[in-house]
Amino acid sequence: MFHVQCDVAVVGGGPAGLSAAVAAKKQGAQRVCIIERDKSLGGILQQCIHAGFGMTYFRQELTGPEYAARFITLAREQEVSVLTDTMVLRLEEDKRLICASGEHGLTEVCAGSIVLSMGCRERTRGSIRIPGTRPAGIYTAGAAQRLMNCQNKTVGRRVVILGSGDIGMIMARRMTLEGAQVCAVVEIMPYLAGLTRNRVQCLDDFDIPLLLAHTVTKIVGRERVEGVWVQRVDEKRAPVEGTEHFFECDTLLLSVGLIPENELTAAAGIEMAPITNGPVVNQHMQTSNPGVFACGNVLHVNDLVDHVSAESEIAGRAAARYALGTFGKTLREAACEAGKGVRYVCPQRLCIGEDLEETAMLYFRVGAPMGAGEIKVESGGHVVASRRISRANPGEMEKMAVRLGDVAGDTVTVSVEPREEKQ
Amino acid sequence: MMEKIITCTVCPQGCRMTVTGEELHVSGVTGNKCPRGAEYAQSEFVCPVRTATSSVRVEGGVRPLVSVRSSRPIPAARMAELVELLRGIRLEAPVAMHQVVFENLWNSGVGVVTTAEVAKRRSPQTTGC
Repeated sequence: MFHVQCDVAVVGGGPAGLSAAVAAKKQGAQRVCIIERDKSLGGILQQCIHAGFGMTYFRQELTGPEYAARFITLAREQEVSVLTDTMVLRLEEDKRLICASGEHGLTEVCAGSIVLSMGCRERTRGSIRIPGTRPAGIYTAGAAQRLMNCQNKTVGRRVVILGSGDIGMIMARRMTLEGAQVCAVVEIMPYLAGLTRNRVQCLDDFDIPLLLAHTVTKIVGRERVEGVWVQRVDEKRAPVEGTEHFFECDTLLLSVGLIPENELTAAAGIEMAPITNGPVVNQHMQTSNPGVFACGNVLHVNDLVDHVSAESEIAGRAAARYALGTFGKTLREAACEAGKGVRYVCPQRLCIGEDLEETAMLYFRVGAPMGAGEIKVESGGHVVASRRISRANPGEMEKMAVRLGDVAGDTVTVSVEPREEKQ
Repeated sequence: MMEKIITCTVCPQGCRMTVTGEELHVSGVTGNKCPRGAEYAQSEFVCPVRTATSSVRVEGGVRPLVSVRSSRPIPAARMAELVELLRGIRLEAPVAMHQVVFENLWNSGVGVVTTAEVAKRRSPQTTGC
């Protein structure tokens, strides 16, 4: 069996893995190794050829491949080693990774610490259960994006897109520019799932109708999609009778959510969080297995890659300190809880050590769109941090810094409540 | 006088602004919460611009396509025209990052460059199996 020894092993060479690997090197880890199942680094960014990345991290508008290239160059400069075309099959308790490599066959990677950065995959037709026949022409938006942008394949001529996620809207524009007709983008919720910027630049610019509070109720066609039935839904997301509309089309794209790819994590017995579908971590992105860290979309689905890069640096630095034996001691722990208006908080735990001046960043999402409000972080009956916001949206992640010395008791609760806006 | 509703994309707030004006002249912007919004609304009213991205064919590369972008934002109305123009382009591998595809598009000073590299495909004899 081919054998690799390293200080920090990083599973996945997308934006999260690249950022974690570079940060681990900068923190002093000697041997950092990225294990990537694709033939090249960059992950999903390779197929996201549109611009709009890097506005907060690099303060410059980049395309996906350019954003990835910046990190690939950094990784090369830092002499991060890379195993491509290599799939991790199992994570053993003693921090050994059993992999299948195209070049080396069965491969074992032994590490001082491990960073999990496998990203996520798309929900498919099977996970949303649309009735009807099973013809060709039904794609997830990301699969269609890869076919068009990387493999030079035509996907369809007349398209309906279900779900107003960012990839769906971006594909609406891409397919229109490539000569297809996009009949509509259909969203079951009464509000947009993706970013407003994408609605303006991808739908409004091309007069593509957006049907909020609507869904696809039936797919028609034998060999190939011939059309879809679309219906309005009520507050309980049940189709409203009498609102049926038939769209003739040969393609249905699904942009209906992402699932963190955690088979490896769960099989290793690492504690999982129910809402994020990712591992439970503390502010160092450390999982319930102390030598294993997680970051990026495998931890919780992000809306901006810039956030992934920043969050993954935390994981990379902590993993390096763990491998080097300089990871700080924990004196007590506190659980982070989602209070009023908040759907989830990540990290789920705070480890408080000797340094009480240390600040931890709490990432969270609200449950429903709201106007002016106030974010409050409470601990031990006191508000330890607060900030006023003019609006909040489930599609846009919020964050809040907390000074560890301010954490009293064993819980920290984040809540967002509406406030009267003064004119 | 014309009135146009414009959703701001400068920040995630997404203010709904109403712009009034005629052709190249804007007489008023309402609904913006900051000056950057007013500036964006003016430019959107007069001539909306976008960074154009697409992909072009590569001959003899490890991948059949390379992604490209306009070096600066171009008028949104000419986006389709540019994509059409790029459809006829063939690049020879190897392709470098930020390799120039068009130097001066429509004499506007805007260029088109690649946003990725594509290595040359090795001949089947040397790849082996």
